[in-house]
Amino acid sequence: MANQGNNTKVDVVDYDAIAALPSFKALVKRKNGFLWTVTAIFLIAYITLPILTSYTTILHQKVWGDITGVWIYSAGLFIMTWGLCHLYVARANTYDKAAAAIIEEYKQGGGRL
Amino acid sequence: MSIVAVSFFVGIVSLTLVITWWASKRTSSASDFYTAGGGLTGWQNGLAIAGDYLSAASFLGIAGAVALFGFDGFFFSIGYLVAYLVVLYIVAEPLRNLGKFTLADMITARFNTAKVRGTAALSTITIVLFYMIAQLVGAGALIQLLLGIDYWIAVLLVGFMMTIYVLFGGMTATSWVQIVKACLLMLGTVIISFLVLKEFGFSISQMFTEMSTATEHGEAYLNPGLRYTDGLDTISMMIALVLGTAGLPHILMRFFTVKDAKTARSSVIWATWIVGLFYVLTIFLGFGAAAFVGTEKILAANPAGNMAAPLLAEALGGDILMSFVSAVAFATILAVVAGLVLSGASALSHDIYGQIIKKGKVSEKEQVLAARIGSITIAVISIVLALGAQTLNVAFLVSLAFCIAGSANLPVIIYTIYWKRFNTTGAISAMLTGLISALILVSVSPNVWNPVEGKAIFVGEPLFMLSNPALVSVPLGFIAGIIGTLLSKENDEKKYREVNVKATTGISVQDVSH
Repeated sequence: MANQGNNTKVDVVDYDAIAALPSFKALVKRKNGFLWTVTAIFLIAYITLPILTSYTTILHQKVWGDITGVWIYSAGLFIMTWGLCHLYVARANTYDKAAAAIIEEYKQGGGRL
Repeated sequence: MSIVAVSFFVGIVSLTLVITWWASKRTSSASDFYTAGGGLTGWQNGLAIAGDYLSAASFLGIAGAVALFGFDGFFFSIGYLVAYLVVLYIVAEPLRNLGKFTLADMITARFNTAKVRGTAALSTITIVLFYMIAQLVGAGALIQLLLGIDYWIAVLLVGFMMTIYVLFGGMTATSWVQIVKACLLMLGTVIISFLVLKEFGFSISQMFTEMSTATEHGEAYLNPGLRYTDGLDTISMMIALVLGTAGLPHILMRFFTVKDAKTARSSVIWATWIVGLFYVLTIFLGFGAAAFVGTEKILAANPAGNMAAPLLAEALGGDILMSFVSAVAFATILAVVAGLVLSGASALSHDIYGQIIKKGKVSEKEQVLAARIGSITIAVISIVLALGAQTLNVAFLVSLAFCIAGSANLPVIIYTIYWKRFNTTGAISAMLTGLISALILVSVSPNVWNPVEGKAIFVGEPLFMLSNPALVSVPLGFIAGIIGTLLSKENDEKKYREVNVKATTGISVQDVSH
């Protein structure tokens, strides 16, 4: 079967060989770095809301008409969620390509002794 | 009950039965039963995730909470939505690449022992039962209000319907019931929101201005503090909401119904847009109910505010809209409990019976039979528990389920995928510590103990002051995973390389072909 990203069929997979490929190590590093950085950012942005509402009144101020800061902050979290979803898809598509290339490299004999 | 209401209810019941009949002809293997053969597309699974996730607690509960407490009710909407980023970024794709039917499959892809599988199945069944009792008790009370039938008949009706879907149609029927429910729920919510916005002259700014004087709370209605006054308690609840979703077994199970990680990804995007749009609209439901129904009438119908959305529908759209919204609420309950039955059955029949007791040596036919017996078992246990819990205030069990999911399941999922040194001892320690600490802390919390009779299950002073223990139990789950791992010498790096390659590249999801 032709190589099509995640649908690749292989006879016997030598996982150690793939794990040893420099291209695989680079992908894991790049991918996990991105995932955990963004996760830390959105979790901090999220948990800041109940911290601010519990211990300060900074978000009680009216920002736009009678709409108070807390609604604006919440709207920001909604927009952040949708935005980061699409950022993820864009990045994941490049990881798909890298993963397909790694599988291809492996099939050509890369990584095996 | 009016003719219109009866027709909506009969319509929804008939539609779901037709779906089940159609699905039953497509359900012959274990893979069909648990994962609809893995054949759902991104948008289908996205809608089904939304249908699985948006429970009556979301629809009726949040609308009521916003109506009664303004911004404080909206906290739930924010937590339930942002949770999808954790699902998407950390869990969805590796889970799809490693697992087969259950969460335990994914963890045992790395640690293949009966102890690990058994512990994961125990955690799944615990979460499912708690969540289910909350849903069924809520459903019983709600249908009692909506249709004017007795509580026990209502619980049996919902219990019977969910069993029929799962028993005959497995995941295919469950998925399509959830898809139909998601569409109906969105339709109902959009119609009411449109009518509310119309009352406010299609101006958001105007709506907020009017809401600042519409309730007895005045401008305080638009700010936090009406319900949550304890900072640590609020933060703890928000932690449970955002981290729990990524460990909920019935949500995780949905990722096995698609063919690959890419489709899993697109289903989360669909789900996040639908769920997010719905949660935005909870503002209109809540504000509308506060302004056009009024606090007094909402509280008179149900002290928890659960009737706010149906009453608002009646106020703005008359009997027809009220009947439609009530029928949608009914469909909402059915879709969620069906998903719960299926995930409970998968842990009982696939993990405990098929993999632990029979050590994987079960024929296709036996697997399907076991799955059906497991579904009936889970359904009967939860119906009996729900009938017994009628007079108890069990709404907190939903957030407890989120808390256990975040404390017992999430740490293990994350360590299994991302931590090289993690081992069997660590996995069992993390799951048991998260599960047991959440259970113990809740059992001595204000949800269970209150000095005033009738406010909680028992009369007395709570020993632990947080209503939701996530702030303590989630870190405990993570720490126990580290300590358990380091106390054991076991360290299989070769296995981790395999898991890492599979999770990252998706290789070998398909059967190895010769």
